[in-house]
Amino acid sequence: MAGSEIERLIQLLARLPGLGPRSARRAVLALFSRRAALFDPLMEAMARAAESVRVCSVCGNIDSSDPCAICADEARDGAQICVVENVASLWAMERTGAFRGRYHVLGGLLSALDGVGPDELGIERLLARAASSGAREIILATPATVEGQTTAHYIAQRLAGRGVAISGLAQGVPMGGELDYLDDGTIGAALAARRAL
Amino acid sequence: MEWTDEAILLGTRRHGETAAVVTVLSRAHGRHAGLVRGGAGRRARAALQSGNRLQVTWRGRLAEQLGSFAWELLAAEGTRWLADAVRLGAVASACALVDFAFPERESHPRAYESLLALLAGLADAHWRETYARWELDLLAELGYGLDLSSCAVTGRNDELAYVSPRSGRAVSLSAGEAFRDRLLALPAFLRGQGHASADEIRAALTLTGYFLERRVAAQAGRPMPAARTRLVGQFAA
Repeated sequence: MAGSEIERLIQLLARLPGLGPRSARRAVLALFSRRAALFDPLMEAMARAAESVRVCSVCGNIDSSDPCAICADEARDGAQICVVENVASLWAMERTGAFRGRYHVLGGLLSALDGVGPDELGIERLLARAASSGAREIILATPATVEGQTTAHYIAQRLAGRGVAISGLAQGVPMGGELDYLDDGTIGAALAARRAL
Repeated sequence: MEWTDEAILLGTRRHGETAAVVTVLSRAHGRHAGLVRGGAGRRARAALQSGNRLQVTWRGRLAEQLGSFAWELLAAEGTRWLADAVRLGAVASACALVDFAFPERESHPRAYESLLALLAGLADAHWRETYARWELDLLAELGYGLDLSSCAVTGRNDELAYVSPRSGRAVSLSAGEAFRDRLLALPAFLRGQGHASADEIRAALTLTGYFLERRVAAQAGRPMPAARTRLVGQFAA
Protein backbone atom coordinates (compact mmCIF):
# COMPACT_ATOMS: atom_id res chain seq x y z
CA MET A 1 0.00 0.00 0.00
CA ALA A 2 1.04 3.61 -0.53
CA GLY A 3 2.51 5.72 2.27
CA SER A 4 0.30 8.11 4.23
CA GLU A 5 1.41 11.19 2.25
CA ILE A 6 0.48 9.53 -1.02
CA GLU A 7 -2.82 8.27 0.44
CA ARG A 8 -3.59 11.80 1.61
CA LEU A 9 -2.87 13.16 -1.87
CA ILE A 10 -5.10 10.51 -3.44
CA GLN A 11 -7.91 11.30 -0.99
CA LEU A 12 -7.71 15.03 -1.74
CA LEU A 13 -7.60 14.55 -5.50
CA ALA A 14 -10.54 12.11 -5.31
CA ARG A 15 -12.70 14.94 -3.93
CA LEU A 16 -12.31 16.94 -7.14
CA PRO A 17 -15.13 16.94 -9.71
CA GLY A 18 -14.64 14.27 -12.35
CA LEU A 19 -12.26 12.24 -10.21
CA GLY A 20 -12.92 9.24 -8.01
CA PRO A 21 -10.48 7.19 -5.91
CA ARG A 22 -9.40 5.09 -8.90
CA SER A 23 -8.74 8.03 -11.23
CA ALA A 24 -7.08 9.94 -8.36
CA ARG A 25 -4.64 7.04 -7.91
CA ARG A 26 -3.87 7.13 -11.62
CA ALA A 27 -3.32 10.89 -11.47
CA VAL A 28 -0.95 10.57 -8.51
CA LEU A 29 1.05 7.85 -10.27
CA ALA A 30 1.26 10.04 -13.38
CA LEU A 31 2.47 12.97 -11.27
CA PHE A 32 5.25 10.95 -9.67
CA SER A 33 6.31 9.23 -12.85
CA ARG A 34 6.73 12.62 -14.55
CA ARG A 35 7.90 14.58 -11.58
CA ALA A 36 9.99 17.21 -13.33
CA ALA A 37 7.66 17.69 -16.28
CA LEU A 38 4.37 17.59 -14.40
CA PHE A 39 4.47 17.43 -10.61
CA ASP A 40 6.86 20.30 -9.88
CA PRO A 41 5.29 22.77 -12.37
CA LEU A 42 1.81 21.80 -11.16
CA MET A 43 2.79 22.33 -7.53
CA GLU A 44 4.29 25.69 -8.37
CA ALA A 45 1.24 26.73 -10.41
CA MET A 46 -1.13 25.69 -7.62
CA ALA A 47 0.87 27.54 -4.98
CA ARG A 48 0.88 30.68 -7.13
CA ALA A 49 -2.80 30.40 -7.90
CA ALA A 50 -3.68 29.83 -4.24
CA GLU A 51 -1.71 32.93 -3.33
CA SER A 52 -2.85 35.28 -6.08
CA VAL A 53 -6.33 34.27 -7.27
CA ARG A 54 -9.03 36.41 -5.71
CA VAL A 55 -12.72 37.07 -6.21
CA CYS A 56 -13.17 40.25 -8.26
CA SER A 57 -14.70 42.92 -6.04
CA VAL A 58 -16.61 44.36 -9.02
CA CYS A 59 -18.17 41.35 -10.77
CA GLY A 60 -17.51 38.27 -8.60
CA ASN A 61 -15.33 36.54 -11.21
CA ILE A 62 -12.10 34.87 -10.06
CA ASP A 63 -8.78 36.13 -11.35
CA SER A 64 -5.26 36.89 -10.19
CA SER A 65 -6.01 40.60 -10.24
CA ASP A 66 -8.74 42.65 -8.62
CA PRO A 67 -10.57 44.03 -10.61
CA CYS A 68 -10.40 41.01 -12.90
CA ALA A 69 -9.08 41.17 -16.47
CA ILE A 70 -12.61 41.47 -17.89
CA CYS A 71 -13.56 44.38 -15.61
CA ALA A 72 -10.23 46.08 -16.27
CA ASP A 73 -10.46 45.68 -20.06
CA GLU A 74 -11.36 49.10 -21.41
CA ALA A 75 -12.17 47.66 -24.83
CA ARG A 76 -15.22 45.96 -23.35
CA ASP A 77 -18.63 47.59 -23.46
CA GLY A 78 -19.47 48.77 -19.96
CA ALA A 79 -23.03 49.58 -21.04
CA GLN A 80 -23.92 45.87 -21.08
CA ILE A 81 -23.80 43.71 -17.96
CA CYS A 82 -24.50 39.99 -18.28
CA VAL A 83 -25.75 38.42 -15.05
CA VAL A 84 -24.71 34.78 -14.61
CA GLU A 85 -25.20 32.18 -11.89
CA ASN A 86 -21.55 31.31 -11.30
CA VAL A 87 -18.03 31.53 -12.69
CA ALA A 88 -18.60 28.37 -14.78
CA SER A 89 -21.43 30.19 -16.59
CA LEU A 90 -19.16 33.20 -17.14
CA TRP A 91 -16.51 30.98 -18.66
CA ALA A 92 -19.15 29.34 -20.88
CA MET A 93 -20.22 32.77 -22.16
CA GLU A 94 -16.60 33.77 -22.73
CA ARG A 95 -15.95 30.60 -24.73
CA THR A 96 -18.48 31.74 -27.30
CA GLY A 97 -16.62 34.99 -27.90
CA ALA A 98 -20.01 36.50 -28.75
CA PHE A 99 -20.30 38.84 -25.78
CA ARG A 100 -18.04 41.84 -25.34
CA GLY A 101 -19.69 43.46 -22.35
CA ARG A 102 -19.04 42.92 -18.65
CA TYR A 103 -20.38 40.35 -16.19
CA HIS A 104 -21.95 40.05 -12.80
CA VAL A 105 -21.64 36.71 -11.00
CA LEU A 106 -24.48 36.00 -8.57
CA GLY A 107 -22.85 33.04 -6.87
CA GLY A 108 -26.07 30.96 -6.85
CA LEU A 109 -29.81 31.15 -7.45
CA LEU A 110 -32.84 31.87 -5.33
CA SER A 111 -33.77 28.51 -3.85
CA ALA A 112 -36.57 27.66 -1.46
CA LEU A 113 -35.11 24.22 -0.86
CA ASP A 114 -31.65 25.48 0.03
CA GLY A 115 -32.88 28.63 1.79
CA VAL A 116 -31.00 30.96 -0.56
CA GLY A 117 -32.56 34.43 -0.61
CA PRO A 118 -31.70 37.76 -2.27
CA ASP A 119 -29.32 38.69 0.56
CA GLU A 120 -27.16 35.61 -0.01
CA LEU A 121 -26.85 36.43 -3.71
CA GLY A 122 -25.75 40.04 -3.28
CA ILE A 123 -28.52 41.35 -5.52
CA GLU A 124 -28.28 44.76 -3.82
CA ARG A 125 -24.67 44.91 -5.05
CA LEU A 126 -25.90 44.33 -8.61
CA LEU A 127 -28.54 47.07 -8.27
CA ALA A 128 -25.94 49.49 -6.95
CA ARG A 129 -23.57 48.56 -9.78
CA ALA A 130 -26.26 49.00 -12.41
CA ALA A 131 -26.97 52.48 -11.05
CA SER A 132 -23.35 53.61 -10.70
CA SER A 133 -21.78 52.09 -13.82
CA GLY A 134 -24.05 53.76 -16.35
CA ALA A 135 -25.18 50.38 -17.71
CA ARG A 136 -27.85 50.60 -20.42
CA GLU A 137 -28.70 46.90 -20.67
CA ILE A 138 -28.71 44.06 -18.15
CA ILE A 139 -28.74 40.61 -19.77
CA LEU A 140 -30.09 37.95 -17.42
CA ALA A 141 -28.28 34.74 -18.41
CA THR A 142 -29.50 32.51 -15.59
CA PRO A 143 -30.34 28.85 -16.32
CA ALA A 144 -33.65 27.89 -17.96
CA THR A 145 -34.83 26.20 -14.77
CA VAL A 146 -37.54 27.14 -12.29
CA GLU A 147 -34.92 28.49 -9.87
CA GLY A 148 -32.94 30.21 -12.63
CA GLN A 149 -35.94 31.98 -14.12
CA THR A 150 -37.39 32.81 -10.67
CA THR A 151 -34.08 34.55 -9.96
CA ALA A 152 -34.17 36.32 -13.34
CA HIS A 153 -37.74 37.55 -12.82
CA TYR A 154 -36.89 38.73 -9.31
CA ILE A 155 -33.88 40.72 -10.56
CA ALA A 156 -35.94 42.13 -13.46
CA GLN A 157 -38.60 43.24 -10.97
CA ARG A 158 -35.99 44.94 -8.78
CA LEU A 159 -34.40 46.68 -11.80
CA ALA A 160 -37.71 47.88 -13.24
CA GLY A 161 -38.07 51.65 -13.48
CA ARG A 162 -34.33 52.32 -13.21
CA GLY A 163 -33.94 53.35 -16.84
CA VAL A 164 -32.04 50.25 -17.87
CA ALA A 165 -33.13 47.74 -20.53
CA ILE A 166 -33.53 44.21 -19.20
CA SER A 167 -33.24 41.15 -21.44
CA GLY A 168 -32.95 37.39 -21.03
CA LEU A 169 -31.39 34.65 -23.11
CA ALA A 170 -33.65 33.01 -25.70
CA GLN A 171 -34.88 29.49 -25.05
CA GLY A 172 -35.51 26.87 -27.67
CA VAL A 173 -34.11 24.24 -30.00
CA PRO A 174 -30.33 23.78 -29.52
CA MET A 175 -27.88 23.57 -32.42
CA GLY A 176 -28.29 20.14 -34.01
CA GLY A 177 -31.40 19.47 -31.96
CA GLU A 178 -34.07 17.15 -33.36
CA LEU A 179 -37.60 17.77 -32.12
CA ASP A 180 -38.23 14.10 -31.45
CA TYR A 181 -35.47 14.07 -28.83
CA LEU A 182 -36.37 17.34 -27.10
CA ASP A 183 -38.43 17.60 -23.92
CA ASP A 184 -41.92 19.14 -24.01
CA GLY A 185 -40.85 22.29 -22.17
CA THR A 186 -38.11 23.13 -24.67
CA ILE A 187 -40.39 22.59 -27.67
CA GLY A 188 -43.10 24.72 -26.03
CA ALA A 189 -40.61 27.53 -25.29
CA ALA A 190 -39.24 27.35 -28.83
CA LEU A 191 -42.72 27.57 -30.30
CA ALA A 192 -43.63 30.52 -28.09
CA ALA A 193 -40.43 32.34 -29.12
CA ARG A 194 -40.72 31.55 -32.84
CA ARG A 195 -39.47 34.19 -35.26
CA ALA A 196 -40.38 35.30 -38.75
CA LEU A 197 -38.11 34.00 -41.51
CA MET B 1 -39.54 -2.50 -1.47
CA GLU B 2 -41.03 -0.86 -4.51
CA TRP B 3 -43.99 1.28 -5.48
CA THR B 4 -45.05 3.24 -8.55
CA ASP B 5 -47.11 6.39 -8.33
CA GLU B 6 -47.90 9.67 -10.03
CA ALA B 7 -46.16 12.65 -8.45
CA ILE B 8 -45.50 16.37 -8.66
CA LEU B 9 -41.90 17.42 -8.23
CA LEU B 10 -41.36 19.82 -5.33
CA GLY B 11 -37.61 20.32 -5.43
CA THR B 12 -34.27 18.94 -6.55
CA ARG B 13 -30.98 19.07 -4.73
CA ARG B 14 -27.78 18.02 -6.44
CA HIS B 15 -26.06 15.01 -4.89
CA GLY B 16 -22.47 14.52 -5.94
CA GLU B 17 -21.55 15.10 -9.54
CA THR B 18 -24.19 13.16 -11.37
CA ALA B 19 -27.06 12.37 -9.01
CA ALA B 20 -29.82 14.44 -7.41
CA VAL B 21 -32.04 14.02 -4.38
CA VAL B 22 -35.56 14.73 -5.58
CA THR B 23 -38.57 15.49 -3.40
CA VAL B 24 -42.04 14.85 -4.79
CA LEU B 25 -45.64 14.95 -3.62
CA SER B 26 -47.04 11.62 -4.76
CA ARG B 27 -50.71 10.76 -5.04
CA ALA B 28 -50.76 7.83 -2.61
CA HIS B 29 -47.41 8.02 -0.79
CA GLY B 30 -47.35 11.69 0.18
CA ARG B 31 -44.23 13.81 0.25
CA HIS B 32 -41.35 11.51 -0.51
CA ALA B 33 -37.68 11.94 -1.35
CA GLY B 34 -35.42 9.65 -3.35
CA LEU B 35 -32.12 9.58 -5.17
CA VAL B 36 -32.20 9.98 -8.94
CA ARG B 37 -29.08 8.60 -10.57
CA GLY B 38 -28.07 10.85 -13.42
CA GLY B 39 -30.44 13.51 -12.03
CA ALA B 40 -27.81 16.22 -12.43
CA GLY B 41 -27.36 15.44 -16.11
CA ARG B 42 -28.46 17.81 -18.85
CA ARG B 43 -31.48 15.85 -20.04
CA ALA B 44 -32.75 14.94 -16.60
CA ARG B 45 -32.42 18.49 -15.30
CA ALA B 46 -34.72 19.80 -18.03
CA ALA B 47 -37.49 17.56 -16.72
CA LEU B 48 -36.71 17.45 -12.99
CA GLN B 49 -38.07 20.91 -12.29
CA SER B 50 -40.52 22.04 -9.62
CA GLY B 51 -44.16 21.65 -10.61
CA ASN B 52 -43.53 19.07 -13.33
CA ARG B 53 -45.68 15.93 -13.18
CA LEU B 54 -43.87 12.61 -13.21
CA GLN B 55 -44.51 8.94 -12.93
CA VAL B 56 -42.06 7.68 -10.32
CA THR B 57 -41.05 4.22 -9.19
CA TRP B 58 -39.42 4.22 -5.78
CA ARG B 59 -37.14 1.37 -4.79
CA GLY B 60 -35.35 0.77 -1.51
CA ARG B 61 -34.07 -2.28 0.31
CA LEU B 62 -35.78 -1.07 3.50
CA ALA B 63 -38.76 1.26 3.84
CA GLU B 64 -36.81 3.73 6.00
CA GLN B 65 -34.02 4.16 3.46
CA LEU B 66 -33.80 7.16 1.13
CA GLY B 67 -34.17 4.79 -1.82
CA SER B 68 -34.02 5.76 -5.46
CA PHE B 69 -36.50 6.97 -8.04
CA ALA B 70 -36.89 5.86 -11.62
CA TRP B 71 -38.98 8.49 -13.36
CA GLU B 72 -40.77 9.49 -16.50
CA LEU B 73 -42.05 12.97 -17.32
CA LEU B 74 -45.83 13.09 -17.70
CA ALA B 75 -46.37 16.83 -18.12
CA ALA B 76 -44.15 19.91 -17.88
CA GLU B 77 -46.67 21.79 -15.70
CA GLY B 78 -43.99 23.83 -13.92
CA THR B 79 -41.55 24.69 -16.70
CA ARG B 80 -44.31 25.84 -19.05
CA TRP B 81 -44.41 29.06 -17.02
CA LEU B 82 -40.71 29.93 -17.12
CA ALA B 83 -41.43 33.13 -19.08
CA ASP B 84 -44.30 34.29 -16.83
CA ALA B 85 -42.89 35.85 -13.68
CA VAL B 86 -46.02 35.74 -11.49
CA ARG B 87 -47.29 32.30 -12.54
CA LEU B 88 -43.77 30.91 -12.12
CA GLY B 89 -43.75 32.56 -8.70
CA ALA B 90 -47.02 30.76 -7.89
CA VAL B 91 -45.52 27.39 -8.93
CA ALA B 92 -42.46 28.05 -6.76
CA SER B 93 -44.57 29.21 -3.83
CA ALA B 94 -46.98 26.25 -3.97
CA CYS B 95 -44.17 23.69 -4.23
CA ALA B 96 -42.23 25.37 -1.41
CA LEU B 97 -45.32 25.48 0.83
CA VAL B 98 -46.12 21.79 0.26
CA ASP B 99 -42.48 20.84 0.85
CA PHE B 100 -42.47 22.99 3.98
CA ALA B 101 -45.79 21.97 5.48
CA PHE B 102 -46.29 18.25 4.98
CA PRO B 103 -44.45 15.57 6.92
CA GLU B 104 -42.55 13.08 4.81
CA ARG B 105 -44.17 9.78 3.78
CA GLU B 106 -47.64 10.66 5.04
CA SER B 107 -50.35 10.04 2.49
CA HIS B 108 -52.35 13.15 1.49
CA PRO B 109 -54.18 12.26 -1.74
CA ARG B 110 -56.42 15.34 -1.46
CA ALA B 111 -53.38 17.59 -1.24
CA TYR B 112 -52.03 15.96 -4.40
CA GLU B 113 -55.31 16.48 -6.28
CA SER B 114 -55.49 20.05 -5.01
CA LEU B 115 -51.94 20.88 -6.17
CA LEU B 116 -52.63 19.23 -9.52
CA ALA B 117 -55.79 21.33 -9.94
CA LEU B 118 -53.85 24.48 -9.04
CA LEU B 119 -51.16 23.77 -11.65
CA ALA B 120 -53.83 23.10 -14.29
CA GLY B 121 -55.73 26.23 -13.21
CA LEU B 122 -52.74 28.51 -13.77
CA ALA B 123 -53.74 28.73 -17.43
CA ASP B 124 -57.10 30.32 -16.55
CA ALA B 125 -57.76 34.05 -16.52
CA HIS B 126 -58.74 34.01 -12.83
CA TRP B 127 -55.81 31.88 -11.69
CA ARG B 128 -54.95 34.19 -8.79
CA GLU B 129 -58.29 33.31 -7.17
CA THR B 130 -57.47 29.63 -7.72
CA TYR B 131 -54.15 30.13 -5.95
CA ALA B 132 -55.75 31.87 -2.96
CA ARG B 133 -58.37 29.10 -2.66
CA TRP B 134 -55.59 26.52 -2.91
CA GLU B 135 -53.89 28.02 0.16
CA LEU B 136 -57.23 27.74 1.96
CA ASP B 137 -57.43 24.06 0.95
CA LEU B 138 -53.84 23.57 2.09
CA LEU B 139 -54.73 24.87 5.56
CA ALA B 140 -57.71 22.50 5.68
CA GLU B 141 -55.60 19.51 4.64
CA LEU B 142 -53.07 20.38 7.34
CA GLY B 143 -55.86 20.39 9.93
CA TYR B 144 -56.11 24.16 10.27
CA GLY B 145 -59.15 24.69 8.08
CA LEU B 146 -61.09 27.92 8.43
CA ASP B 147 -64.83 27.70 9.07
CA LEU B 148 -66.39 30.15 6.62
CA SER B 149 -69.87 28.61 6.69
CA SER B 150 -71.54 30.85 9.27
CA CYS B 151 -70.93 33.72 11.68
CA ALA B 152 -69.20 32.63 14.90
CA VAL B 153 -71.24 35.21 16.85
CA THR B 154 -74.74 35.12 15.33
CA GLY B 155 -74.75 31.74 13.58
CA ARG B 156 -76.14 33.38 10.44
CA ASN B 157 -74.55 32.76 7.06
CA ASP B 158 -75.16 36.08 5.33
CA GLU B 159 -72.91 39.16 5.08
CA LEU B 160 -69.86 37.30 6.29
CA ALA B 161 -67.04 39.84 6.08
CA TYR B 162 -64.35 38.91 8.61
CA VAL B 163 -62.48 35.97 10.08
CA SER B 164 -61.50 35.70 13.71
CA PRO B 165 -57.69 35.31 13.97
CA ARG B 166 -58.19 33.32 17.14
CA SER B 167 -60.78 30.74 16.09
CA GLY B 168 -60.48 30.83 12.29
CA ARG B 169 -64.27 31.21 12.06
CA ALA B 170 -66.15 33.70 9.92
CA VAL B 171 -67.78 36.77 11.51
CA SER B 172 -70.59 38.78 9.93
CA LEU B 173 -70.30 42.46 9.00
CA SER B 174 -72.65 43.64 11.77
CA ALA B 175 -71.23 41.44 14.52
CA GLY B 176 -67.64 42.23 13.61
CA GLU B 177 -67.94 45.97 12.99
CA ALA B 178 -66.90 46.93 16.51
CA PHE B 179 -63.82 44.66 16.35
CA ARG B 180 -62.84 45.20 12.72
CA ASP B 181 -59.30 46.30 13.64
CA ARG B 182 -58.68 42.97 15.30
CA LEU B 183 -60.34 40.80 12.63
CA LEU B 184 -59.06 39.62 9.26
CA ALA B 185 -60.96 40.61 6.12
CA LEU B 186 -62.85 37.80 4.37
CA PRO B 187 -63.03 38.48 0.61
CA ALA B 188 -66.38 37.43 -0.88
CA PHE B 189 -64.78 35.29 -3.61
CA LEU B 190 -63.45 32.87 -0.98
CA ARG B 191 -67.10 32.07 -0.26
CA GLY B 192 -67.78 31.50 -3.95
CA GLN B 193 -69.29 34.94 -4.56
CA GLY B 194 -68.07 36.52 -7.81
CA HIS B 195 -64.58 37.26 -9.01
CA ALA B 196 -61.89 38.98 -7.00
CA SER B 197 -60.31 42.40 -7.42
CA ALA B 198 -56.55 42.82 -6.88
CA ASP B 199 -57.26 44.13 -3.36
CA GLU B 200 -59.39 41.08 -2.55
CA ILE B 201 -56.61 38.74 -3.74
CA ARG B 202 -54.18 40.53 -1.43
CA ALA B 203 -56.70 40.31 1.42
CA ALA B 204 -57.12 36.58 0.79
CA LEU B 205 -53.35 36.02 0.90
CA THR B 206 -53.13 38.08 4.08
CA LEU B 207 -55.82 35.85 5.58
CA THR B 208 -54.23 32.54 4.57
CA GLY B 209 -50.74 33.89 5.30
CA TYR B 210 -51.78 34.75 8.84
CA PHE B 211 -52.82 31.18 9.59
CA LEU B 212 -49.95 29.60 7.65
CA GLU B 213 -47.51 31.68 9.67
CA ARG B 214 -49.15 31.39 13.12
CA ARG B 215 -50.18 27.77 12.90
CA VAL B 216 -48.03 25.94 10.37
CA ALA B 217 -44.73 27.85 10.44
CA ALA B 218 -44.87 28.47 14.19
CA GLN B 219 -45.41 24.79 14.87
CA ALA B 220 -42.57 23.84 12.54
CA GLY B 221 -40.35 26.47 14.18
CA ARG B 222 -39.25 27.76 10.78
CA PRO B 223 -39.93 30.98 8.87
CA MET B 224 -42.37 30.94 5.97
CA PRO B 225 -40.82 29.92 2.63
CA ALA B 226 -39.24 32.90 0.88
CA ALA B 227 -40.95 31.90 -2.38
CA ARG B 228 -44.37 32.56 -0.79
CA THR B 229 -43.22 35.94 0.54
CA ARG B 230 -41.95 36.88 -2.93
CA LEU B 231 -45.26 35.85 -4.51
CA VAL B 232 -47.16 38.17 -2.15
CA GLY B 233 -44.80 40.95 -3.29
CA GLN B 234 -45.49 40.10 -6.94
CA PHE B 235 -49.25 40.20 -6.35
CA ALA B 236 -48.87 43.61 -4.71
CA ALA B 237 -46.82 45.05 -7.60
